[in-house]
Amino acid sequence: MKIVVALKQVPARDSVLRVGSSARWIQEDDLSYEVNEPDAYALEAGLQLKEKHGGEVIVVSAGAARAAQSIREALAKGADRAIHIEEEGLDAWDTLGIAGLIAKAVESEKPDLILTGLQSDDLGYGQTGVVLAELLGLPHATIIMEVEKLDGAIKVKRELEGGWFQHVEMPLPALLTIQSGISKLRYATLMGIKRAKTKEVRRVTAADLGAAPAQAMEIRRVYLPQKTKQTEMLDGNPKQAAAKLVERLKFVVRVI
Amino acid sequence: MSILAVLEQRGGTWNRQSWETLAAAQQIGRELGQPVAAAVLGGSVSALAAEAAGRKLEKVYAVEHPLLENYTPDGYTAALEQLIRQVKPELVLFPHTYQVRDFAPKLATRFKRALVSDAIAHRVEDGAPVLVRQLFQGKLNADVRFTTAAPNFASLQAGAYRADAVEQGESPVEKVTPELAPGTIRTKPLEPFKEARGGVDLTSAPVIVAVGRGIKDKDNLPVVEKLAQALGAELAASRPICDNGWLPMERQVGSSGQTVSPKLYVAVGISGAIQHLVGMKGSKTIVAINKDADAPIFEVADYGIVADLFEVVPALTDEIQKAK
Repeated sequence: MKIVVALKQVPARDSVLRVGSSARWIQEDDLSYEVNEPDAYALEAGLQLKEKHGGEVIVVSAGAARAAQSIREALAKGADRAIHIEEEGLDAWDTLGIAGLIAKAVESEKPDLILTGLQSDDLGYGQTGVVLAELLGLPHATIIMEVEKLDGAIKVKRELEGGWFQHVEMPLPALLTIQSGISKLRYATLMGIKRAKTKEVRRVTAADLGAAPAQAMEIRRVYLPQKTKQTEMLDGNPKQAAAKLVERLKFVVRVI
Repeated sequence: MSILAVLEQRGGTWNRQSWETLAAAQQIGRELGQPVAAAVLGGSVSALAAEAAGRKLEKVYAVEHPLLENYTPDGYTAALEQLIRQVKPELVLFPHTYQVRDFAPKLATRFKRALVSDAIAHRVEDGAPVLVRQLFQGKLNADVRFTTAAPNFASLQAGAYRADAVEQGESPVEKVTPELAPGTIRTKPLEPFKEARGGVDLTSAPVIVAVGRGIKDKDNLPVVEKLAQALGAELAASRPICDNGWLPMERQVGSSGQTVSPKLYVAVGISGAIQHLVGMKGSKTIVAINKDADAPIFEVADYGIVADLFEVVPALTDEIQKAK
């Protein structure tokens, strides 16, 4: 099976975010970055399929030069090679533009399966995979918990809302967006880290791919959300804060 | 020019979020001075369409085809593409459900558009809608504008608009039969199912103590278990805790778990990603304990304590026992 895993590098989960000077994006200088968590699960699913059925896992990522670090991590975990669509300022591209870049970069690979996380932890549009499937003319399914390979096809378990699930079958090639937390993520081994240094990373730019950021939507302003609820913050040392809360639980909420 | 609200049903039952989307469509329609129509898709939807026709709308489109009986992204995309080319709406609105997430980006791509997904509010600026979305799991908001001509596409977060704000009325139903060929539907959906769950019904618990990533390790769970015991509460968790197998899935609160509205909800070490908030923001009183003062959970909390949970939760358990 030839599997492409699309992954994105995002600011680390516990980052303190500040609005940038243009007020259209965040200040990026002092942030640390990591692989978008749902994409890490997509990579894990891809590596497990390869282990079971043989083949190759190719990682593709569209991101600034710093994304090379996340790509190396994926190679160290066991991906065979990578395509880095290296481009600064991708935050100004919309989902259609980004998916268009990835489509052009992986088209010639003719993969059997493309996997990606169900959404990104930064923008959270949850669309790149589905748009990519449409651009490449592939059937797809989203929010996938399990993948079973059949003959020239796959059977997947899809999560619906409120504790419901559904199995869906489709022919290959296909695209799936993977739900977070469906298996344990592996760590890179020392040997894996060493090997990653010799693995191929093909760098391409948007210009190489003949793509331009034709935008259908635009972020005009980012800002801190306004509180919709009056929150009473209880301060003091832990014991004092706890005592204040207990007083309210007893006399206002009346649960004690 | 008009606004089209795409309603959602499964097996003849409405998804409640459909009415929130309809309320939003009516409100935006009033503000833009545009008529509003609704569409419902399925194998046979005349009863549902008749019900939708009891709302103030220009028209209800009953989009019927045997191949729409069971949802598939190929079938829904093709049917809605044809409807949109016929009706030519300015704006197409969806509820941001799992089903919409599965096909709406594909549909928008057919029109070389991008879906503004999971919007929580809107306003009208210079005669055009500006949508508000959350970024970074709710830590920041963004104003997003369409830069392309009609049609444009947006989906709305659960609870962002009030279903009871829908204006009643009487509207005509138009039956639409899209052209769909069996060979164009590539995915084969099987029967939906529920997995056997234990007997934990969080929805009836008056008090819930919920734990999130902040607990760091399974071995630390007794810290919150003791608090739950002192409060006579059910223990619940955010998704990562259940994914790790630290607590069983049936204790999960959020969009993929249970939706609860207890008298008291104590969120311990939960940052408040939207997937969790939609499952608990209806709680009567919410207490949040988190070391990050900027955590989105504080936006829905009535009482907040910014502190290390490992210091404050044992102190709280102590104080509760003393107060009893």
